[in-house]
Amino acid sequence: MTEHTLLEVKDLKVQIPTRRGVLTPVNEVSFTIGRGEIVGVVGESGAGKSITGSAIIGLLDRPARISSGSVTLQGEVISGLNEEQLRRVRGKRIGTVFQDPLTSLDPLMSIGDQLSETAMAHLAISREAAREKALQALIDVGIPAAESRLDAYPHEFSGGMRQRVVIALALIGEPDLIIADEPTTALDVSVQAQVLMLLKRLCRERNTGVMLITHDMGVIAETTDRVVVLYAGRVAEIGNTEQVLTSAKHPYTRGLVGATPNPANMDGDNARLNQIPGSMPGLLALPTGCPFHPRCSEVMPVCKTEQPALTPLGDTTIACHLATEASA
Amino acid sequence: MFAYIIRRLFQGALVLAIVGFIAFCMFRFIGDPYENILGQDATVQDRLALEERLGLNDPIPVQYFKFLGNAVQGEFGVSYRNGIPVAEMIAQRLPATIELAVVSAIFAVVLGVLFGVYTAINRDGFLANFIMTSSLIGVSLPTFLIGILLIWVFAVELKMLPSFGRGETVDVFGWKTGLLTASGLKSLILPSITLGLYQMTLVMRLVRSEMLEVLRTDYIRFARARGLARRAINFGHALKNTLLPVVTIIGIQLGQIIAFAIITETVFQWPGVGLLFINAVNFVDVPIMATYLLLVGTLFVLINLVVDLLYVIIDPRLRLDGTEAR
Repeated sequence: MTEHTLLEVKDLKVQIPTRRGVLTPVNEVSFTIGRGEIVGVVGESGAGKSITGSAIIGLLDRPARISSGSVTLQGEVISGLNEEQLRRVRGKRIGTVFQDPLTSLDPLMSIGDQLSETAMAHLAISREAAREKALQALIDVGIPAAESRLDAYPHEFSGGMRQRVVIALALIGEPDLIIADEPTTALDVSVQAQVLMLLKRLCRERNTGVMLITHDMGVIAETTDRVVVLYAGRVAEIGNTEQVLTSAKHPYTRGLVGATPNPANMDGDNARLNQIPGSMPGLLALPTGCPFHPRCSEVMPVCKTEQPALTPLGDTTIACHLATEASA
Repeated sequence: MFAYIIRRLFQGALVLAIVGFIAFCMFRFIGDPYENILGQDATVQDRLALEERLGLNDPIPVQYFKFLGNAVQGEFGVSYRNGIPVAEMIAQRLPATIELAVVSAIFAVVLGVLFGVYTAINRDGFLANFIMTSSLIGVSLPTFLIGILLIWVFAVELKMLPSFGRGETVDVFGWKTGLLTASGLKSLILPSITLGLYQMTLVMRLVRSEMLEVLRTDYIRFARARGLARRAINFGHALKNTLLPVVTIIGIQLGQIIAFAIITETVFQWPGVGLLFINAVNFVDVPIMATYLLLVGTLFVLINLVVDLLYVIIDPRLRLDGTEAR
């Protein structure tokens, strides 16, 4: 952990006790986010992306809980803080953007009030100053005629505009880190890029770190500096975005990249997308060894019995027997 | 917004016209007005004179509109039984019923909302479970039984509270109130609890289930992610969003509390309009019954009007006055 590190997630394990056994949706996940760095967390549905995000801000729904591992923010361990201490972390030091802007805002409160309420919860400022700040926040996220819209209610905004309001809410406490959980999935394609670029620009301006949770490799390519690839609750690969996109080492990452439409890769009539055969295993029936081995095209005998350890390999960190063996 | 109110007012007037028609029919078809007023051995001349005087030979629609016209002016006729104008009798007894209804409504709403919020927030707590279980008693016991049980325990056994009547009353600008004397307040306790208990448990269970629903929504989760204080989330966001359905039910319940105070008033011999009505039924005193019907109808219409207006105040999405297209 260096001085540059903003967030360090170490061996994070989240477990959910159920009647049919204990589920482990997040299993020994480790990664770091530097100050002002945008890190993408990518994986299929159920890979544990959102739960990782919720675990970091202490918003796991019961009975899910962090069973081991730690989350460290600016040198302070925040996993295991009590509710009131966590409340002061949320919004103030870690802002959050949720997937669906249509349901993220309280329908009965004007957005100006929601913004100033959040500002007043974290910054010791008066109601008037909070309203000023709310106005500035709306201007920053590019809401036209912001002053006249402070008293408007969420239903008076379009989806894209609402997500801008949500971003304003996430940033108003001046956090050092934003966790954005699929921030553009619910939006029109035409608006997605705008919102992403806005998020990226604002975080760059303020040197805010971003954990961008998505299943969209296109979003990863456009926005992030580094990528964490999750599979069945485990880290498959971590690396620089460019390196991961062009020369991924993990077969799963290669599969994900290959399954993304890219005009440059397609040659005319042969334009078929690759797909990864099969689907991700359920948490109750995880295979032995590497969780990806039943779907892997380059499976080796060792993959079926031994869980590959997360190993640094050049610029990347990877959990794959094939990659580590090739380099050995 | 303005059109919305006008439309609601129009609907209310229509409802009242229909209620008025039913009340009018009671006059015409329950019992015989000649017999009721003149007695059994009236002469034909007397009957004709009465017919002329009361306008009973007018066509039915004309009579109906005369009846409505009189009702609007507060003219409800004279009690068959004791010859006093009905409006006067009702006015005399209305304060007792209104005080009882208001006190039990406050009891029901305040405790109902508090318990509802508490049981929703501490869903698995021991006290919450205890409250939920005992609320079943409130829902399932009939009103008269609760009243009699309360009388037995607090009036007969413990001798703490009076078992009937209003206690002493004070005249404030012509309004006889029991709220300002010790014995009046004491007398209010048992009837208010009796009348409000069912409504209280109903409000509580409704608030609880609505609140549980709202606590699962994204905006509550997002409010937590914004780092708002627990109290701000529970009361500022969650409770406010549960209010819409709750206000509807509370409105209807309030109407019921006033209209159906009859049982409670009978059990506690509370000198209110309900008791007046029950006595009127015993003696087929049609003017009183008809007036009571109109009174209850008017109350329901007014309460619903207020509820509709409250919706608009609570939920900005209902303010369809064109300003949203900014």
